[in-house]
Amino acid sequence: MSYDERVRDLYRQQLEEIRQAGLFKQERFIHSPQAAEIEVEFPAGAARKKVINICANNYLGLSSHPEVVRAAHEGLETRGYGMSSVRFICGTQDIHRELEQVVTDFLGTEDTILFPSCMDANAGVFEAILTKDDVMISDRLVHASIIDGMRLCSAEHDTYKHGDMDHLEKKLQQWKDKRLRVIINDGVYSMDGDAAKLDEIVRLAEAYDALVFVDDSHATGFIGPTGRGTAEKFGVMGKVDIITTTFGKALGGASGGCVSGRKEIVEMCRQRARPYLFSNAMAPVIVAGVLKAFEILKRSTELRDKLEENARYWRAGLTEAGFILKPGDTPIVPVMLFNAKLAQDFSRDLYEEGIYAVGFFFPVVAKGQARIRTQLSAAHEKHHLDRALEAFIKVGKKYDILGKSEEEIVARYGL
Amino acid sequence: MDEIKDVILAYVIDEYASEGDEIHYDTPLISSGLVDSFSMISLKRFLEMKYQISIPDEAATPETFDSVEKIAALVQRFVK
Repeated sequence: MSYDERVRDLYRQQLEEIRQAGLFKQERFIHSPQAAEIEVEFPAGAARKKVINICANNYLGLSSHPEVVRAAHEGLETRGYGMSSVRFICGTQDIHRELEQVVTDFLGTEDTILFPSCMDANAGVFEAILTKDDVMISDRLVHASIIDGMRLCSAEHDTYKHGDMDHLEKKLQQWKDKRLRVIINDGVYSMDGDAAKLDEIVRLAEAYDALVFVDDSHATGFIGPTGRGTAEKFGVMGKVDIITTTFGKALGGASGGCVSGRKEIVEMCRQRARPYLFSNAMAPVIVAGVLKAFEILKRSTELRDKLEENARYWRAGLTEAGFILKPGDTPIVPVMLFNAKLAQDFSRDLYEEGIYAVGFFFPVVAKGQARIRTQLSAAHEKHHLDRALEAFIKVGKKYDILGKSEEEIVARYGL
Repeated sequence: MDEIKDVILAYVIDEYASEGDEIHYDTPLISSGLVDSFSMISLKRFLEMKYQISIPDEAATPETFDSVEKIAALVQRFVK
């Protein structure tokens, strides 16, 4: 079959449907390093504009940190640019194993295996360790990459209502005849900014002889008193059997991820996880940068403390101004607008005011739950947050939503 | 048959309904997105345990699970 007009039309029609549904994604070109303030060209061809970025996963401000950049340079000089190999043929350098050991020590686990991304870690881990004799019981709001990983696995799959421990317990009882039960959660849920109740989950896992899996991508480096993640926050370090996490957010934000946990499980991934077996080793330059990021974190809690303080300040400011926020104590602060068009218009107006924050709506979040998701960074200074708050209040007044209840906003703008 | 339908309806409401959702015997479940295909598996297991039956995988399709009525008809086929 040739790529003729019929095929072209088929895709054009699908793309048009995406546009009509208001779901067409457009990239904004950034002409500066990732930081609290960035220079953006949007739409394509428009004049560049300096804006405050309040939607990056740059939680600790390490994406362009001078020490990380310098370490990456050194890595490039001493270990080269690429490995041209998967890990098990000729792609493992001393620094790959060093990083695995550093992550193991930091998270308090038994062993770690690196993946090209956390998406790959989630895509590979379940298939590598479970069979049709087992069951995966996942929270209904887990990340899309976990859902993809579960789809690739032959184990049975069930879900429990988000954060509902009674429902989880019911499911554990229902599946008690399976060989292995795995409870699957995000550590911090990226859309709502709430954390999995890991202390209760571990207690249930012990009571019903289940394993615990946590994707801590939105937690490693800054959640918990020393940034060890959700397990530290809930006092269950060493009791989570499988942790996946990313280096693409707080830990320098380049790319890469891992599975960290029980050593046999990690070894099974090394033998069986397809994204590990069939894709290249992490580039040495990134490994060197991530190693430096961990060194900075182990040196002091200054960055995660500043992030925590920024999140508290931002949440308090928005609350006082009369916005409705999703409750929580993480640096993910969703500002609820409920209506999808309102979220889009609000984001556009914020950009006009020099604030870069993105609207999320169905199908990324449930219908009638549209929002602007804001994410704090240790790179933000108070003056950034004050300017952003000023813009939020100005736009909030324009749409007359400040101090209004959900019912009032929905009555005016619809769901 | 009505009794089976009520049991299934109660389970579906308890498991999947959010506040404000109205679910009846003929409400589309899978095709409307109310029940995702993963959750269908746990519904199947609930029915098998409740009625002591075994529903073969090939009979448990998104079509046969798309409403309480259809699920009840499917269960009826396997109840002795």
